[in-house]
Amino acid sequence: MTPPDKAATRRRPRTSGKLRAVALMLPPALILFSLFVIAPLLNAGYYSLFHWNGYGTPQDFVGLRNYERAFDHSIFWVSVRNTVVLLLVSIFIQMPIALALALAIYRKTPTNAVFRLIFFLPFILAEIAAGLIWSFVFDGNTGLVAEITQALGIPPVFILSNRDWAFYAICLVVVWKYFGFHMMIYIAALQAVPSELIEAARIEGAKRWAVIRHVLIPHIRPAIVVSGFFAVIGSLQLFDLVIPLTNGGPSNQTHTIVSYLYTFGLTRLNIGYGSAVGVILFVAAVIVAVLYQWQLNRERAK
Amino acid sequence: MSRSNFLLGLAKVVVLLLCAGFVLGPIIATVLGGFKSTGDLRTNPLGLPKVRETQFYLDLITDPAFWRYMGNSLVISLAAVGLTLIVAAAAAYVFAQIRFFGSRFLLSYLLLGLVFPFATAILPLFITVRDLGLLDTYWAVILPQAAFGLSLAILLFKTFFDQLPRELFEAAYVEGCGYIRFFWRFTLPLSTPILATVGVFVFVQSWNNFLLPLIVLNSREVFTWPLGMMQFRGEYLTEWNRTLAFISLTLVPAIVFFLAAQRYIVAGLTGGAVKG
Repeated sequence: MTPPDKAATRRRPRTSGKLRAVALMLPPALILFSLFVIAPLLNAGYYSLFHWNGYGTPQDFVGLRNYERAFDHSIFWVSVRNTVVLLLVSIFIQMPIALALALAIYRKTPTNAVFRLIFFLPFILAEIAAGLIWSFVFDGNTGLVAEITQALGIPPVFILSNRDWAFYAICLVVVWKYFGFHMMIYIAALQAVPSELIEAARIEGAKRWAVIRHVLIPHIRPAIVVSGFFAVIGSLQLFDLVIPLTNGGPSNQTHTIVSYLYTFGLTRLNIGYGSAVGVILFVAAVIVAVLYQWQLNRERAK
Repeated sequence: MSRSNFLLGLAKVVVLLLCAGFVLGPIIATVLGGFKSTGDLRTNPLGLPKVRETQFYLDLITDPAFWRYMGNSLVISLAAVGLTLIVAAAAAYVFAQIRFFGSRFLLSYLLLGLVFPFATAILPLFITVRDLGLLDTYWAVILPQAAFGLSLAILLFKTFFDQLPRELFEAAYVEGCGYIRFFWRFTLPLSTPILATVGVFVFVQSWNNFLLPLIVLNSREVFTWPLGMMQFRGEYLTEWNRTLAFISLTLVPAIVFFLAAQRYIVAGLTGGAVKG
C-alpha cells in the first residue's frame, strides 16, 4: 500500500512531465502544418475574391468574378475535359491491365519477382524524367514514331503537336508510368488471400477463371477501391508529365487542371484567378475523398 | 488439358515479355541515345549506336552545374526527410502516449493534409514563402515539403506507436524516465522499420518533386536536378543526345536507390495504402 502523500508526489511530476512533453513535442508539427498547408489553403479562398497580381495587399475586391471567369473560359473546360479523359483511361484501361498483370505474377517465384521489378520501375522515376524520355520517343524526327513512319515511308508525324491526339499520347505515358503502382497494390492484396480458400475452390472443381472471378477478385475489392482512389486523385493532380511533353500546347489543348492553374495563374501573376482555380480543385478533391470514405465504409460493412 | 495449360503458359510469358519491352524500351533507348551522334540519332533512334560517342556523358560528368543540381537536390531531400521524421514522430508520440483535452481534435487537424492535393494552395504558398523572404533558398522547398508530408507520416507513426507495448513505458517510468527521454531512448530505436519506410517515401517525393521547386526557386545556383534538366533541355533543344545523357545519369541513382530500398518503397507506397 502506498501512503496517500507519496502517491500525490508521484502523480505531480508525471502530470507536469506530460505537460512539458505536449508543450515541446506538438508545436513544431502544428506550426509547420498551419503555416505551409492550412494558411495557404485559407488564403487561396481569400485571394480568390480579389483581382491581385501578388504585390502589396489584395485590394481590388471582385467577389466571385474570378470563378465566373474560369467557368467562362473555354481553355478551363478543355483542362477539365482532359482530366476526365485521363480519369477514364486510368480506371478503365490502366487498372484492368494492372489487375491482369498482378494476377499473372502475384505468386512468389524468382521470374515473377523480376517482372514485378521491371513493371514497377517507371513508377520510381521522376515524372520530369519520364516526360522527357517520352517526348523523345514521340519526336517525329528522332523517336520511335520516326522509326515507324520511316519504315512505312510516310512523312514524319509529330503526335505531341497534334491538337486531337496529343492528350492521348500523354494518357499513354500516364499508363506506362503508373500501372506498376496499381499492380503492386493488387499483388500485396492477392498475396494476403488465404491459400486454403483457393485450394478449396479448386477441389470443388472450379476452373482457373472461376477462381479468379469468385474468390480472388471479391477478396481484393478493398485494394481495388484504394487503387481507384489513387487513380482519381492522381488524375486531378497531374502536372509534372505535361510540362516536358507538351507544356499544355498545342494551342492550350493538353492542359490539365493543375497545368492550367500554373499557366494562367502563376506565370501571368493572376494570383486571385489562380487561387480561384485552386479552390475549385480543392472542392473536387474533397468530393472525391467523401465518396471514397463512403465507399470504404460500405466495403467494411459487407 | 496439359497441352492447353502449356499454351496458356506460353501466351502468358509472351504477354509479360511484350509488357516488359513496352516498359523498358523507352528507358533503354534513352541510355543508348546518350551515346549517339546527332546524325546517328536521326537515322537510327532505337538501335545500338554505330559509333559510341562518350562525349555527351563526359561533358556532363565534368560540368560543375550538373553536380550542383544533384547536390542541391540531395541536401534538400535529406533535410526534408530529417525534418519530417523528427517533427512527425514527436507529434505522433504525443498522440499515442498522452491523453489530453483536445488531442483528438488536433490529430484530425493534422491529418487534413491527407485529403487535398498539394497543387490547390500552390499560389498562396508562393506568396507565403516570398513574404518570409525564403525564395531561392533551400528552406523554400524543405519547409513546405516537410509540412505536406506530415499528415501521412503522423498517421503511420501513430499507428505504429500504438502497437508498442505499454508496459515498457510503465516500467521505464518507475525507473524515473520521463516522456521525452523515453521517446529518444526507446520509442525511436524500436520504430526503425516505420522510420525507414516514411523516410524513403519522403525522400523519393522530395527528390522527384518538380512543381514546388519550380515556383519557389528562380536562381540556377539553387536549382534542383529536375529544374536543371528542364533548363538543359531548353538550351540544347536540337541536340537530343545531350538531354538523353542527362536523363540517363539521373536514372542511375534512382535505380540504385530503388534496388537498395525496394522493400521500404513497396511497403511505404502500397502497404500503407492498403491498410489506410
